[in-house]
Amino acid sequence: MAGLIEIRGLALAFTREGARTEVLADLDLDVVPGEFLAIVGASGVGKSTLLRVIADLVRPSAGSVRLSPPAPGRRAVALVFQDARLLPWRRILDNVAFGLEKLRLARAERRRRAGEALARVGLAALAARWPFQLSGGQRQRVALARALAVEPHVLLMDEPFSALDALTRESLQDELSRLCGAARQTVLFVTHDIEEAVYLADRIVVLAGSPGRIVATHTVPAPRPRDRAAPALQETARRIRRDLTAPDRLPA
Amino acid sequence: MRARRAAPLLPLLGLVAFFALWEAVPLAGLVNPAFLPPPSALPGAFLRELRSGQWLAAIGNSLGHYALGLGLGIGLGIAAGTVTGLFRTAEALTAWVVRVLRPVPGLAWVPFAIIWFGVSPAAAVFIIAVGVFWIVYFASHGAIRGVDRDLLEVADAFGFRSAPERLVKVVWPAATPGILVGVRTAIGQAWMAVVAAEIFGVPGLGQRMMQASTLLATDIVVVYMLTMAFLYGVLDAAFTALQGRMLRWRA
Repeated sequence: MAGLIEIRGLALAFTREGARTEVLADLDLDVVPGEFLAIVGASGVGKSTLLRVIADLVRPSAGSVRLSPPAPGRRAVALVFQDARLLPWRRILDNVAFGLEKLRLARAERRRRAGEALARVGLAALAARWPFQLSGGQRQRVALARALAVEPHVLLMDEPFSALDALTRESLQDELSRLCGAARQTVLFVTHDIEEAVYLADRIVVLAGSPGRIVATHTVPAPRPRDRAAPALQETARRIRRDLTAPDRLPA
Repeated sequence: MRARRAAPLLPLLGLVAFFALWEAVPLAGLVNPAFLPPPSALPGAFLRELRSGQWLAAIGNSLGHYALGLGLGIGLGIAAGTVTGLFRTAEALTAWVVRVLRPVPGLAWVPFAIIWFGVSPAAAVFIIAVGVFWIVYFASHGAIRGVDRDLLEVADAFGFRSAPERLVKVVWPAATPGILVGVRTAIGQAWMAVVAAEIFGVPGLGQRMMQASTLLATDIVVVYMLTMAFLYGVLDAAFTALQGRMLRWRA
């Protein structure tokens, strides 16, 4: 099966004040349709940078990123950030419609798709509100709806729940798992939270070292819906923790 | 509780006391009424100006200069502030030009305004626009420089990559609160420029005040001072209402 994202020999380095920093090196990765792929690694290992390279926000120093060309009315990828980053001057529905405005759709079609996406995250009732009127969890759901509205081939998520309180985080994890499972949405999810990764993902790539490289790949054998306390998940988490704490892989 | 109930009355009480004191000073013979006309002399002076048609003509002319100068100054101020706010090169290129031109007061432009435009409405519009321009320019420049980079990244991530798209989708909406603060200051400042611009002979409020003062018709001068205060009050209240509506997305 052709990958929706094919990364070959990717490297990223930047020079600041004369000092050259290598962030990522020698990276190969394929994202296949329908999978929920998590990238786990310590802070500063280049996980978020990798997502930004895939979203074409940062240019790689070497190697290639190939995205499957998007179907009409869709985007190849859509990014959900760590914080919601809603546009405060737009009402909730217009925030969800933001990405659709680039897709040459009729106004009525934009509104319909934005409304649908908002309903999928359970916030249809808040369509006419302003962002400042929503809680942190609600804002992050709106950010998810904004990304889902453009029907991305791959949904990119950059530690999207890390700024939320534990209860809200778990309920959003459940919801994401349910949403993406039902729609067979392909997801590339970056996190430093190993438990989150094993609970959500079908496959987990472990990123470690400086510059960051892929040091291990795990598949999570548990069926959905999952039990957070299931032994299979805990065993996978244990292995990932071992990958990350090997002496040569601790962050500098 | 008591203080809150009294609050709406206090400004009114202050105003009444102010006029009472003003009335008392010339009446008590402390000041020659020709130097300080009492408020009671004003309605008569106003009616004379109104009947002669001078009042309507003066505010008609002045409002024309005001609106054109304000519009021009705001438009150019936002445009220039946007360019230097977005592009570091433009900011660097203009840094010293700005420092040279900025401190020149509007009144100092009068000789050039007359040379370039003659004693004409265009000269008045020019002087008003110069004053407005700097206020709006600095407000816009600062507001656009301060736009949240995270929001620009959102625009990038959803494919809005050209300068016009980024301007319309993120930069201008995000900078609107800061720009409007400058516009509100300009709405007040432009009235001062109107007087400066008309005092050298362009028909309007300022010219009429100058004529009246040379004839020592101080009551008429005060009538126009209060006219200007009234026009400013109405415009500022209307603008504040508009501003509130435009920024209702803010907590």
